[in-house]
Amino acid sequence: MAELSKTVLEIAGVNRIYSDDVNNTVEALSDISLDVERGEFVTFIGSSGCGKTTLLRLIAGLDVPQSGKLLLDGKPIHGTNPNRGYVVQQGGLFPWLDVWHNIAYGLKVRGLYSKRKAEVAKYINLIGLEGFEKSYPHQISGGMAQRVAIARALINEPELLLLDEPMGALDSFTRADIQDKLLELRKGSGATMLLVTHDVDEAIYLSDRIFIMTPRPGKIKDILTVDFPHPRHRGGAEFLSLRRDILERLELASAKPQPEYQI
Amino acid sequence: MANKEISNLKFALGILLTIAGFVIAIIVNIAVPQVADVNIKEYEYFGRLYNFNDLYRYIVLCIIAIFVVIGVFSYFDEDKRKKYVKKAPFRFALGLALALWDVLGTKYLLLPQPFFPGPAAIVETFLNEPAFVLENTLYSLRLYAAGFTVGVIFGVGSGILIGWFPKVYYWVSPILKITGVIPAVAWMPFALTLAPTPFSAAVFLMTMCAWFPIASFTAQGVQSTAKVHFEVAKTLGANTAQLVFRVAIPHAMPQIFGGIAMANGFMFTTLVMSEMMGQPGGLGYYIQLSRVWSAYYKVFAAIVIMAVLFSIILAVISAVQHRVLRWQKGLVK
Ligand SMILES: Nc1ncnc2c1ncn2[C@@H]1O[C@H](COP(=O)(O)OP(=O)(O)OP(=O)(O)O)[C@@H](O)[C@H]1O
Ligand SMILES: [Mg+2]
Repeated sequence: MAELSKTVLEIAGVNRIYSDDVNNTVEALSDISLDVERGEFVTFIGSSGCGKTTLLRLIAGLDVPQSGKLLLDGKPIHGTNPNRGYVVQQGGLFPWLDVWHNIAYGLKVRGLYSKRKAEVAKYINLIGLEGFEKSYPHQISGGMAQRVAIARALINEPELLLLDEPMGALDSFTRADIQDKLLELRKGSGATMLLVTHDVDEAIYLSDRIFIMTPRPGKIKDILTVDFPHPRHRGGAEFLSLRRDILERLELASAKPQPEYQI
Repeated sequence: MANKEISNLKFALGILLTIAGFVIAIIVNIAVPQVADVNIKEYEYFGRLYNFNDLYRYIVLCIIAIFVVIGVFSYFDEDKRKKYVKKAPFRFALGLALALWDVLGTKYLLLPQPFFPGPAAIVETFLNEPAFVLENTLYSLRLYAAGFTVGVIFGVGSGILIGWFPKVYYWVSPILKITGVIPAVAWMPFALTLAPTPFSAAVFLMTMCAWFPIASFTAQGVQSTAKVHFEVAKTLGANTAQLVFRVAIPHAMPQIFGGIAMANGFMFTTLVMSEMMGQPGGLGYYIQLSRVWSAYYKVFAAIVIMAVLFSIILAVISAVQHRVLRWQKGLVK
């Protein structure tokens, strides 16, 4: 295998503009440039509509930008690939498959199921859902469903795991539980993780770097490095001061006057 | 909860009530003298003589046995127990009705003949020409199996194409909609002259009548698949064929079964109609033949066989449906 560079994902000058039938345009992403290192955990945070999902969809290969480039390991991203796992905002489990077969889906479609069947059980163990293998998505809780969605993406052993608010609708206990699972999983697999969240605490708890985004047009406003060691104490002084810092920056971003929208 | 449970005593009474009506029917058949002048023929089977009253009693006995067996199986399930007890009065009345019909239709012959034969006269059909009845029943069954298979494969297959490819939808769906309003049997003259055999003509007609419901439901199911499921499947490594077979089709399964259930009714109708008009066999053919001879008891016999046969087919389809769609909310207990 060729020497892998430190940078796994390289995004340069990416623009994504949506336009509807009545010629209204939304600049969902404007001139986005960023690099992500191998094994890094980065978080995108920002108010609703600032283009976080749009960015993840571009990286997943489900959408293409109007301009700019996206490189994975130095190669342009073309379409989807199982080496980029994507957990969508609402989980998106297949309701017609039970937990076992949802998780096994990636192996099945890639023709690896018969060889690597045992791994399904391993991932079910990992997310703590033993005994629920035969349950269908409507029979399990929201938190369990999110864990299944994450396991389903992980079984392909992706280089890059894209997580779009995987804990959006969960209570704080389940959240903390999944957060710890994610850190554990990263340690085990060495995967690079890109997380979208609205939760500042979650961002600080998990990330190596935090990207603060602003809407209309969607831009990256700030990049903060979180360098204190895991496990991070949510009540610690460093934690709280960083938290205040981020909240101020977010508030500033949303309070920014927007003359172009004045009538 | 507790007060709603069916006690063992009440359940036992339920079984007794269920079979009581049929027991009465047998007693009435034995005890009430044959007043009207009816020629009761004896038929020899397995070295013994039987008349229609014997067979009638055996059949009622079979019905009793079936209800007892159902009762035994229901015993272990609270829901089924409730259902069974609830149905008991109706089944009791059914037995009484049989007894009354026996008296009016056979013993006293008060019903207008030959249009309303008694129950024993109807079952005489099975003594009279059992091999011929069986032959025609098997013909219907074979025709149904062929028509159903071809109809479902064609309907689901074309439905998937219509649902998946906008071009196919554009060109085919208007034709599909038109065939939906034309009763398939209207094509009978063409089918009979153009198809190589009457059998294949009937298969064609059944396919035609099944096409609209199955194909349009299937297409709808495919089209309504959520975009997010396609996208998730793609990121997990699915290719286009897998998006069809491992996303769109499983998603469309409830609609596919809805379409099949609807088409099934049409197919029964088309089957019998085509048998009555130009098949060399089948229950419809048997009805037609018996009508010509004014043997209305045979017509009734054929109708009874149809009722039983089609009910069994529906039960099988619904069992398969429950199995395949067990992932659906509300279907799993
Ligand atoms: N398919 C689309 N067509 C038109 N506009 C779109 C489309 N998808 C997103 N947008 C617009 O692009 C902008 C960014 O959307 P995006 O979904 O990326 O936001 P987000 O940051 O993920 O928001 P949230 O936190 O609510 O999920 C929004 O203004 C949205 O209205
Ligand atoms: Mg979003």
